[in-house]
Amino acid sequence: MSEQYDVLVCGAGPAGLAATRAAASQGARVGLIDAQPRPGGQVWRHDLRFGTPRSARRAVAAALRGADWLGGASVVAAERGELLLERADGAARVRYARLVLATGARELSLPFPGWTLPGVTGAGGLQALVKQGWPIAGRRVVVAGSGPLLLAVAAGLRRHGARILAIVEQAPAARVRAFAWGLVAAPTAAAQALRLRLALAGVPYRCGEFVQAAHGDGRLQAVTIRTARGRVQRVECEQLAVGFGLVPNVELAQLLGCRLDRSGRHASVATDAGLQTSVPEIYAAGEVRGIGGAAAARLEGRIAGLAACGADAAAGRSARAQRRARRFAARVGRCFSLDARLYTLAEPETIVCRCEDVPFAALAGFGDARAAKLATRCGMGACQGRICGDALAALGRYAQPNAAAPLFPVRLSTLTDIWSESQPVTST
Amino acid sequence: MAVNGAGQIHLEIDGVAVSVPEGANVAAAVARATPAFRRGTQGGIRGPLCGMGVCFECRVRIDACDHQRACMVPARAGMRVQTLV
Repeated sequence: MSEQYDVLVCGAGPAGLAATRAAASQGARVGLIDAQPRPGGQVWRHDLRFGTPRSARRAVAAALRGADWLGGASVVAAERGELLLERADGAARVRYARLVLATGARELSLPFPGWTLPGVTGAGGLQALVKQGWPIAGRRVVVAGSGPLLLAVAAGLRRHGARILAIVEQAPAARVRAFAWGLVAAPTAAAQALRLRLALAGVPYRCGEFVQAAHGDGRLQAVTIRTARGRVQRVECEQLAVGFGLVPNVELAQLLGCRLDRSGRHASVATDAGLQTSVPEIYAAGEVRGIGGAAAARLEGRIAGLAACGADAAAGRSARAQRRARRFAARVGRCFSLDARLYTLAEPETIVCRCEDVPFAALAGFGDARAAKLATRCGMGACQGRICGDALAALGRYAQPNAAAPLFPVRLSTLTDIWSESQPVTST
Repeated sequence: MAVNGAGQIHLEIDGVAVSVPEGANVAAAVARATPAFRRGTQGGIRGPLCGMGVCFECRVRIDACDHQRACMVPARAGMRVQTLV
């Protein structure tokens, strides 16, 4: 037997929490699923030393008051109207009348020499690790990549006692300056930027520069930075936190047959203005529709949660603010668009598929991800091509691979559960 | 909601006693003992990349169960964790 919900929400970040609260406010029976054991998603991930911001605590409390919390549950397969979950204590099925996909985004990593060394992490990745106790006090850290996230990460790590040697932003200084001036029209973002700037007093913010290699024997010991003047500078450090933006988690949407927008290098879920996907009972909100930031995610969660309950008029009242938040995100995206040189850092022997240790040179001559996978095992490992697939799509090599069930590696007992039911599990 | 003075959790990483604050994940415990979480198929040493359950680079053996993502599992007292399996 499986639980039946009027509205099931996948993802407990800002979008999913807002959707849960909105749907529950309409009297719906709501379930909220997340792979993490605690709600909050990435941006509101609980910090075991500093807790979570008040806005996050409120959003979590408001959502959990009116819904069943299904934490620590990965969605591994889907049929129409039903999801199969894997939890630490076994597999479970949940049924839904309406589904809200708020599956968020993951970080984009690009391959460069040395990026597989322990000590090299994502930027948001290191932030997530540190919030859950990763030892960082006194460690020398270079924060690199692109986007406003780097500032938030650097400030967070410094608060935990890290020595931030530099923030290395690939966008040119003139573009970043123009963007900063533009914040005058966005007071909330401007106030946040000012707070971060103060928290990072004394930390060099180096624009138009990038880390081109990481060095070390068994662990990170130094990075080399390509400076704005074209020089190469070596910096000794224990951690490199490097992120090049975010990639929507579209795999579940794809498995459910929702139409994807593939106009960019990374796919996002296509919806109408009411956030309904091409599958009528499924809605999408937040980063999974394309990277829009937490403010847009909260608004879209609210819209999707209400729309899923048929409260279209109430949903419409958030539409203007949502469009404004999306316009701001588009400006961020333009400012921090990536320098083409970042796509050429991998050398022939640089490992691209980290699960199967496939070097960049092995991928020469294959027309698509599937051909490369069959011949080299690229994308065939435990992450199922999420890391290398995103990277190779960014490099313009192959489109992202298609998702298939199970969406994550599962226990054999879960596979038994998938196949023990009479109906087959859908897969694309 | 700062958790100052919260309890410590004691667990074993490759036979070495390690303690982490309550609420920490297994990755934080492993990092106190070693930078090396797993070996790549060609033998290279790896540690966490994404910190959020996507990359599977932090896989370790926890209480005789292989392929656990250290970043996704909360640390619990008495856990026995083995790296480089």
